[in-house]
Amino acid sequence: MVVRAAENSTVEMRGVYAKTLIDMARSDSRVVALDCDLAAPIGIIGMAKEFPKRLIDCGIMEANMAGVAAGMSARGCIPFTHTFACFQSRKCLDQIFLSAGFADLNVKFVGSDPGILALYNGASHMGLEDMGVLRNVPNLTLLEPSDSVMLENLLRQVKDTYGLFYIRMNRKNATTIYEPATDFTIGKGLELRKGRDVTIFASGIMVEQALRAAELLAAQKIDAQVIDLFTWHPIDRDLIVRSAKETGAVVTAENHRVASGLGAAVASVLLENCPVPMERVGIGDVYGEVGELPYLMEQFHLRAEDIALKAEKAVARKREQFTFFSKF
Amino acid sequence: MENELKRLKKIAIQIRRDIIETASFGKGGAIHVGPALSSADIVTALYFKIMHVDPSNPNWEDRDRFILSKGHAYAVLYSALAEKGFFPREELMTARALNSRLQGHPVLGKTPGVDMVSGSLGNGLSCGVGIATALKMQCRHARVYVMLGDGEIQEGMVWEAAMYAGNHGLDNLTAIVDYNHFQSCGAENEIMPLYPLADKWRAFGWQVMEMNGHDMADIVRGLSMAKEFAGRPVCVIAHTVKGKGISFIEHNNKWHVGRCTMDQHTQAMKELDEQETAVEAGLM
Repeated sequence: MVVRAAENSTVEMRGVYAKTLIDMARSDSRVVALDCDLAAPIGIIGMAKEFPKRLIDCGIMEANMAGVAAGMSARGCIPFTHTFACFQSRKCLDQIFLSAGFADLNVKFVGSDPGILALYNGASHMGLEDMGVLRNVPNLTLLEPSDSVMLENLLRQVKDTYGLFYIRMNRKNATTIYEPATDFTIGKGLELRKGRDVTIFASGIMVEQALRAAELLAAQKIDAQVIDLFTWHPIDRDLIVRSAKETGAVVTAENHRVASGLGAAVASVLLENCPVPMERVGIGDVYGEVGELPYLMEQFHLRAEDIALKAEKAVARKREQFTFFSKF
Repeated sequence: MENELKRLKKIAIQIRRDIIETASFGKGGAIHVGPALSSADIVTALYFKIMHVDPSNPNWEDRDRFILSKGHAYAVLYSALAEKGFFPREELMTARALNSRLQGHPVLGKTPGVDMVSGSLGNGLSCGVGIATALKMQCRHARVYVMLGDGEIQEGMVWEAAMYAGNHGLDNLTAIVDYNHFQSCGAENEIMPLYPLADKWRAFGWQVMEMNGHDMADIVRGLSMAKEFAGRPVCVIAHTVKGKGISFIEHNNKWHVGRCTMDQHTQAMKELDEQETAVEAGLM
């Protein structure tokens, strides 16, 4: 695996999503795609040419789509449903919970434009809490791929693994982080950069920011470890605890509400196993707003600079603790 | 046919006995009596005449599916499944009790013969639409039956599923509305009326049939005909009486949920015995 964030090469995620899904549909007749009038924006519309019956546009009926997907799964299909992340979570929680989850079915839910990636669609379309909402569904695996290489890999694994999955994905251009054919294990984080002073956990668009933050920190002689924690649930407890023990300070970075997201999940693990100074980068108790990505990154304090500041704070707290305890 | 109807009527009486037994002696305490009794004749017709199911092979691929979307009528489904032989009848007394396979509302994978989870009103028709869609895609000829409560169809999601099924011409899907005019807290007409109910379904592209939900001949004729409509789903509006079959429970919404005393049990069983005698004599 080579980290190539510095090269700024990007790939459109929706193209990879559509290509992978159609490819899987060719080799596995159980694969069907369901959408709520967003088949064109997610790029899956081409599937209709080859498999007219296996791309189902449900119209603008998110709750019904989740129920239909559950029913199709009960009959042996492997449905991939898609709508915007905000609607895939907020509008379908009960259906995902009961008809798919409690029924122990095999449905794959995909939400696009998560968090601030809704850009000019504004607050109504910003799924700032999609993962938090769905984390309440038992046995639902939550994934946020960081680039197109990971997206394709995870889609194939998700198709071949029975059970409930939710994938929140950037629909547009994403910076390539991973070399082609990199292996990813669902439930396991990946160390992208070694470091001794602080650990930064990130996923999705925040991975690139975390890597940049590590460079900023290096200039201040802070050696940051960066981990791509693309599985939010079930979370990689072992890796979190091991890293916290090694570096003694933790920062989480998420394009999501901190109250219910990656930071909350990591904090629970730390609190129960290995409490260390921790800082969280993410969205607070506010609604979204319209803007281009750089503006929103700045407005919601999601930039590399914001991560670096929090990392400095975590490291300072660690040192204070060390000074305090060394008095005794 | 005469004998066949007699057979079905006697099964419906037995299913009502099971419901009353559960409401009287079940370890799970009070149960939803009224909603179960109002569906008893239709569920009997489905499991003992209309649907193709195999109790010795509950997961048979080509079986017809039944979704009790009004999941709070679990007692009628559990009784029908027990009488059909999916599990021992004695197990009915464990409904809603600790560690039972018969949970508070139907659970897929827990109770043999249950085809879908329900309990959150409004969800079942979409699941039925999904199964019906997949069956068509897979060129299977099994049919899907979804029983909806009349109060339940106040849920918006029902109409999403109705629009979908109508537009997709799901003629392997039959929705049955148990139209007993009551919901949990009172009369539907006072809370949220459904008129004009048949026109609503027609407007969504469904073939609509109305029937007396307690007349076995009418039910069997209607549900048999419902299999024959090509090109569109069928909605059967079954006119029913909440609590049907027991004089002091009929039309009495206090029995939405209830527990029978010994006296009530004795009275109910006596009435059911009389009904059976009348059926035997060809008087009912």
